[in-house]
Formats: sequence, structure tokens, C-alpha cells
Amino acid sequence: MDYFSGLQLKDLGFLAEAAGRTLLISGVSIGIGSLVGLIFGWLLTVLGRTGRFLLNAVLDVFRSIPLLIQLVLFYNLFPIIGFSLGPFAAGTLVLTVYTVALVSNVTRSGLESVSPDLRRAARSLGLSYWQDMRHIVWPVGLRAVFPAWVGVALSVVKDSALVSVLGYVELLRASQTLITRTQEPLIILAIAGAFYFALSFPMARAASLYEKRWAQ
Amino acid sequence: MIDITNLHKRFGPLHVLKGINLTVDKGEVLSVIGSSGSGKSTLLYCINGLESIQDGSIRVDDTEVHHPKTDLNRLRQKLGMVFQQWNSFPHLTALENVALAPRIVKGQSKSEASERASEQLNHVGLGDKLDSYPHALSGGQQQRLAIARALAMEPSLMLFDEATSALDPELVGEVLDTMRMLAREGMTMICVTHEMGFARDVSDRVAYFHQGIMEEIGPPEQLFNTPQSEHTRAFLSKVR
Amino acid sequence: MDYNFHWQPVIGRLPDLLLASLDTLQVAALSIVLGIVIGLLLAILRMNARGRWTPLQWFAVAWIEIARNTPVLFQLFFFGFGLGAWGWHLSPFMIVLAGLSFNCAGYLAENFRGGFQSIPDTQYRAARSVGMSAGQTYYHIIIPQVLRKVWHPLTNQIVWAVLMSSLGMLVGYQELTGSAQYFASRTYRIFEYFAVVALIYYALVKLILMASRMLGWRLFRSEGGV
Ligand SMILES: Nc1ncnc2c1ncn2[C@@H]1O[C@H](COP(=O)(O)OP(=O)(O)OP(=O)(O)O)[C@@H](O)[C@H]1O
Ligand SMILES: [Mg+2]
Repeated sequence: MDYFSGLQLKDLGFLAEAAGRTLLISGVSIGIGSLVGLIFGWLLTVLGRTGRFLLNAVLDVFRSIPLLIQLVLFYNLFPIIGFSLGPFAAGTLVLTVYTVALVSNVTRSGLESVSPDLRRAARSLGLSYWQDMRHIVWPVGLRAVFPAWVGVALSVVKDSALVSVLGYVELLRASQTLITRTQEPLIILAIAGAFYFALSFPMARAASLYEKRWAQ
Repeated sequence: MIDITNLHKRFGPLHVLKGINLTVDKGEVLSVIGSSGSGKSTLLYCINGLESIQDGSIRVDDTEVHHPKTDLNRLRQKLGMVFQQWNSFPHLTALENVALAPRIVKGQSKSEASERASEQLNHVGLGDKLDSYPHALSGGQQQRLAIARALAMEPSLMLFDEATSALDPELVGEVLDTMRMLAREGMTMICVTHEMGFARDVSDRVAYFHQGIMEEIGPPEQLFNTPQSEHTRAFLSKVR
Repeated sequence: MDYNFHWQPVIGRLPDLLLASLDTLQVAALSIVLGIVIGLLLAILRMNARGRWTPLQWFAVAWIEIARNTPVLFQLFFFGFGLGAWGWHLSPFMIVLAGLSFNCAGYLAENFRGGFQSIPDTQYRAARSVGMSAGQTYYHIIIPQVLRKVWHPLTNQIVWAVLMSSLGMLVGYQELTGSAQYFASRTYRIFEYFAVVALIYYALVKLILMASRMLGWRLFRSEGGV
């Protein structure tokens, strides 16, 4: 079974396991981050001036500092304040906050894209504020948010590769280790790249088709 | 002046103009009417070379429009065109919209082009809007801007493609008035229009298009009062 | 909390860090310029793909999709280890430049394509109907409008290139983040160094956004700025 010199079958298992970790850490972060991000995005449309400004300023920090720096900072902050988090926990925390910052942004613009005319029409039919939210703003707004959200989620999957800097062995970190050992960079990079591509490309395509259809 | 013989135009399998023969003399105003999809816009696009043709010929002042050696950019300077959607250039002021082509196509100096542009804008009643951007103009004003833009090239012929049909009713009048003024000044014009009143009052002849064929052409009184063709009669009874 | 913050060594290194941030800006700026040029070419190639695809169009689509659907770090590794396998060894600076340019070109190509497609056909016809040549139409009518359409995404891409150049640390290029790590590793003051560097990035990003807004405001006054 020695198709690739130096690269063994159990190495593929090692890569598969690492790919699983990529999926795990990005899945958890996207899941929690999206929920919180939706709420924050909505808050951004209903809060008063000051509240909106403050919340936006805080979220903006996470969009204006390299993710790599955020990871290193948080990872080193916890021992300072007296307890330590493993790479997975610290990585998940940072990726989640990062997701919140991105999702709240796309949610806000999606909700704001619901036309005031539509809402006035709804209210004129006698819908209450919450009924308007529940039956008009959220369904219409979320449909507008969905493609952008897919984009955010896919970028979190790709950016999860940076958690490797904390020593978390996700797919790229595993590839790097294997490359150093086997000196077979091309085949290993091809496998890793193909994994990301196979995950991201179909979803991005589907989202853009959805967006086109919805735009008409 | 314009001489169209046996013009055929196809979009792939779709046969849009099926053998048009038409002559328009200098100073004449021709209105073209007909239902949607009958090929009226396509005719205008063919005349100024924005669309290719498959058979026949179009001559403008003895220039063969679709001859490979014809310099279309030069020819188009003679043919002003106004579209249904006014297509003002959104990133330029009214004055710049009008002055751009004379400057870069005709090579006029900046000051000369601006001066003439402001004359044209005055002419169409936009003398007080020289520095406005299109988004600050009403539809009717934008359409008059488009007319001024075409006039600035000093064309000898103007093509209007439903210049008023995207306008709110109360704005139609100002654009039609501008077109009337041009007709009085002796401009040669081909006007695709849905405004039967305009066609009747202003034009020397009216042509009715039906499914890619010029069904009927004649003076307005004749075409509106005693239409010869079945299709013309049916069309007129619907629009009146 | 029995940790004592030590900021003095970091403050002492501030001049070095600021110098390193020039490297960050330089590599980001170069990759944006390359990204714009290549991105335009890719967009034009892809837009002309109607019906049958030529090898050149396949190449453009492959570039765009790989750039957008794999991690940047993967792309950097490719220009590092990957090319190394073919005996082509790039310097750390070149790895970052190649990786970021590759990535920016792919994203910008799609922005440009969207920009071009959002300009109605009728604008082109209107310009041609007053006798402008194809070149004049693009230069005077189409490009200025596309520029306005892509201004915002282009700004985001510039910010993004600055942020992602921090990956230089992982391939041995000593831009801002790489230098911070280098100094930190000698003093074990990782948190302090990275906190200061975070502030510098934040300031850089705000500066870029402000410059873009001011320039955009001047360029696009006609429609009330960006
Ligand atoms: N670029 C094109 N490609 C394919 N078909 C076209 C194209 N332009 C026009 N057509 C078709 O040619 C036919 C004639 O179109 P044209 O625009 O000339 O009609 P029209 O008489 O101007 O109608 P309207 O009153 O709606 O403007 C229509 O069936 C139209 O769908
Ligand atoms: Mg038409």
C-alpha cells in the first residue's frame, strides 16, 4: 500500500482526524456565534443612539484586529487572570466572538433592508410590533441575510486554520507536521486544499444561486 | 437622406425585422407606432449601427451604415439618439454630460464644449441646472438633458425611442414640447412613440409596424382616419 | 492575580514595532496593487466566458475559486512548501506577497465582475450613440461608475490585506506581528507585545477607512459621497 513514498495509510487517518477537528471547532463557533450574532444584529437595529454606538464599537474591535493576534492575546490572557484554557477552548472562544462580530453586521444590514413600506403595510393590517417582527421583518430579513451568513460561516471555517497557532492540531497544522516528516508537500497540500474546497465551493455556489433567485 | 431597402434583422432564430423599405427625407418628421415587440427599437438601433443587420442596406446621406469600412463613430455624430430610459451619465453634472462627447469625440476645447453645452441646455430649458447631477433632476429634466446631449453633437438627424414612455404623465408634456420645438426648427426626426396626439400633430408621416413588417405608412390624417390595413385598424382602436 | 505587567520593554521597542508596521503596510499595498491588476484581468476573462470555455478562461475561474474557497494560510503554505517541492524557494517576504496577491486577485475579480455587470447596457449604448469609441466609453463612462460601485469592497479588501499580512509570522516574515513575536519570544512578554500590536493594527485600520472615506467623498461627490 505504498502509493506515495513516505506517506502511509495511517497518515491519511491522521489527516482525517484533523479535518474532523477543523469541522468541530468551526461548527461549535459558528453555531454559538451565529445565535448571539443574530441577537446582537437585531439589537443594533432597535437600540438607541448610544447603545448602538457602544455595541458597534465593541464588535468593530474584533473586525479591526488580526484574528491571529486575537488568538494569541486571549490564549495568554487567561493564565494571567488565574486560570488556563486549552487550545480548543481558547480557540473556540475567540472564533465564536469573531463570528458574533461578523454575523451581527450582516444581520443588521439584512434587517435594515426590509423596506419601511412593507412594514407600514404590515402594521396597517393591524399587526403588532412583535407580530410584524415575527411574520414580516425576520422572515424577509433573514432571507436577505442568509447568503451573507453562508459567506461568514465559510470564512470562519477557513479562518479556523489559524487556531493552529495555539497548537491545536486542525487540518493545516496536521498537514504541516506531515510535510515536515514525509517531505511530500504537494500531495499533502492537495489533500488539505481539496478538503476545504469541497466544503466551501458547493455551499458558496448554492448561496449565490439562492441570492440570485431571491433577488428577482 | 435615410434610405432603407429590404432590411432584415434576426436575433438568432428570432426574425425581428422582415424586409423593411423606407425613405426619410431631409427635414421630415416620421413617427413610428406599433405594438410592443414589433421591432421599432431594433429599427433605430440598426440605423445607427448599434445592432448588426442580416440582409438589405441602410444608407445615411449616401453612407452605407453596415459597410465594414464605415467609421461608425463618425457616422453616429450625425445621428442623435434619445432612449426610453434617459441614460444620463450619473457621475457627471448636466453640463459635463452634454460637453463630454463634443470634447472627446469632436475634439473641441474644454471651454468651447462647455459654452456650447450650456447653449444646448438653455435651448431645452435647463439653463438653471448646469451644475446639477442627474440624481437631482426629475425624469422629464433628465430626458431633456439626454436631448441636449444628443444635440450637442450637432446631428443632422434625431432618433427618439419612446422618449416619453418612462415618464410620469405630468412630465410627458415638457419633453414633447421640446421635440415639437426641434421639429419646427426643421430637424429631421424619426420618433418611435406611443403618443398618438404627438404623432398626429407633429409628424409629416406615420408608419405602423406589426410583427417586423411595416404594415402601413402615410400622412397622419390618412393613417389615423382611413387606415388601410386590418392590423392598423385593430391597433388604433385599442390605443384610442 | 499575581501577574505583573511589564510594559517598559514593549514601550522601548515601540520604534521597532512602528518600523515593522511599515513592512506590513508595504506588503499589503503591493499585494493590493497586484491584486487589482490581476483581478481586473481575471474578471475580464471570466466575463467573456460565454458558452465555450477556452483554457485561459478555465485558468481564470480556477484561480478565482481556489482563492475564495481555501484558507489564506493554505495559500501561503502552497507558495512556501508547495513551490519548494519544485525547487522554487521563495523568501518569506515573497511568500506573503504571492499568497496575499493571489488571494486578493481572486476576491477583487468577483467584485469587479459584479461592478461591471451592475452598469446597465444602456449606458454603453448611450455613449456609443454620441459617437464615443469603445475605449472612450470605458474610460469616461463605464470605469468611473464601476469604481464607485467597487469602492467599498475595495476598501474592505485593503483592510483585509493588512490584517492577513499578520500571517507573515507563520512563514517567518518579520512584519508587525512577526517582529512582535520575535521580540516577545526573547522577553516572554507575549501578552504585552501583542496588546500593543493589536492597538497599532486597530489604528492602521481606522486610518485606512478614514482615508478611503475622504477620497471617496471627493471622487464621488456627485452622488453624495460613498
Ligand atoms: N438583444 C436582443 N436579443 C434577442 N432578442 C431581442 C434583442 N433585442 C430585442 N429582441 C427581440 O426583438 C423583438 C423586437 O424588439 P424591439 O425592442 O425592437 O420591439 P419594440 O417594437 O421596440 O417594442 P417595445 O414597444 O416594447 O419597445 C422582441 O421580440 C425582442 O424580444
Ligand atoms: Mg422599444
